[in-house]
Amino acid sequence: MADSSSRLLRIAAPAAIAVLMVAAWQALVVIYEVPTYIVPSPAIVLRALITDRALLTDALAVTLGIALTALAIATIVGTLVALLFVQSRWIEMSLFPYAVLLQVTPIVAIAPLIIIWVKDTRIALVLCAVVVAIFPIISNTTLGLRSVDQGLLDLFRMCRASRWQILVRLRIPGALPYFFGGLRIASGLALIGAVVAEFVAGTGGQGAGLAYQILLAGMQLNIPRLFAALFLIAVTGVALFATTVWISRATLSKWHESETTAPR
Amino acid sequence: MDLDVRRGEFLTLLGPSGCGKTTLLNLIAGLIAPSAGTLRWWGGDLSATGGPGRQFAFVFQAPTLMPWARVAANVRLPLDLAGIERAAATRGAAGALDLVGLGDFAQHYPRELSGGMQMRASIARALATSPDLLLMDEPFGALDEFTRQRLDGELATLWAARGLTVVFVTHSIYEAVFLSTRVAVMGPRPGRVIADVAIDEPFPRGEAFRVSPAFVRCCQQLSALVAEAGAATLVVGPASAGRGAAREGEPPEGGPTGVPGFRRNGNTAK
Repeated sequence: MADSSSRLLRIAAPAAIAVLMVAAWQALVVIYEVPTYIVPSPAIVLRALITDRALLTDALAVTLGIALTALAIATIVGTLVALLFVQSRWIEMSLFPYAVLLQVTPIVAIAPLIIIWVKDTRIALVLCAVVVAIFPIISNTTLGLRSVDQGLLDLFRMCRASRWQILVRLRIPGALPYFFGGLRIASGLALIGAVVAEFVAGTGGQGAGLAYQILLAGMQLNIPRLFAALFLIAVTGVALFATTVWISRATLSKWHESETTAPR
Repeated sequence: MDLDVRRGEFLTLLGPSGCGKTTLLNLIAGLIAPSAGTLRWWGGDLSATGGPGRQFAFVFQAPTLMPWARVAANVRLPLDLAGIERAAATRGAAGALDLVGLGDFAQHYPRELSGGMQMRASIARALATSPDLLLMDEPFGALDEFTRQRLDGELATLWAARGLTVVFVTHSIYEAVFLSTRVAVMGPRPGRVIADVAIDEPFPRGEAFRVSPAFVRCCQQLSALVAEAGAATLVVGPASAGRGAAREGEPPEGGPTGVPGFRRNGNTAK
């Protein structure tokens, strides 16, 4: 009973805040007669969302496609790199600084280079987003693969388990909670990477994503459309995050403390 | 130090912290290599463990179960790692779970079990391979007194019924007397066996044995020996103690398999 009411609260409380904020926004814009080209009212933004829906959904599909492709590549490559790192301390020590280097260099600074070097713009954009999203996967998965219960490791050794058996039966399952933590961060970063790269690339025409629509709308002083595109990006980010949380919960709920609600 | 384990006996290593009980167990299990001396496996070379008639199993201080796997999968792990065929491994695991009374909990996850049940699952995993030698490193040390006594009783029954050979490490004199056919009292710095005491009381030993005069007499005898071991350390002094420990090449007790933050029961010996 307490559980279902707290669950209701978890949805109702943020929803109430959203309603309040949108109402306040609408009221302030109307009361102070703020011009639409500075801050449009929520009603006008909603109208822009509806009238420009064809344009915006196309742009959303492009951006989401880039972000999802980048997230998939970052997950696969990041996991492989982490598996490589745990094979020996030497490999990790030699290569880890470069993974850090990739992480700390701002993507806005690298993006122009990548866009010059890679002919296909779409591939260039995906690459940029991968660069941004891959680090949390690498570092979290590496940490997880290393954080093995020493007692279990002793048990496996006593049973004369091979390196492969230890990896598949012990290290990988044990690393899953860490991996999902990394995936959660990476999902947001992939979208940010895609948007930032689009800004830098400024691709128009057929393959224009949401970032380009924002750029264009800003130049044309079409502020309602800018807000509408911004809203879509935010919603997409939340949806991506929620999806990774759901996958993580579906995988770990049976056994890991972070995802279990059952009292212990 | 010189210690023989005879087939079919329940040998307990008893002594205060730091006397090398766990180290000795890890040596037998091959987790650490001896710096000097030899370990022989019923006449053969110890490096040949794993061959027929030379199977051993280890029960740790903590249950050490894989949290992501169901109890049945945990118990069959040694069989899977040994490359035993699926159906046979499943049967073996089910049999071992029945032995410890966890047959109904095969499909549960470890976190759904109590501490005592997790420990029983851990014992089932050790028994699944039908080991010739069972090594137990303070398996019940983290449990409450009631659970501990109950599991001691169950272990004694299993030992008798299955004809196991057990080397058991404990801090508890009562546990040692209740379970063992023989107790090796160990002293610290350097780790050594200072007394080898046979507990010549008949099996099965029920709850009545715990309050019998014979039980009390054995406890008093061991108590005195353990106290002697502690006193000897004080007389020897720190300088030679350090040298002795270095020569034996012994890490602090509980080193290799010790669980960080694992609470040891106080030394009942005093």
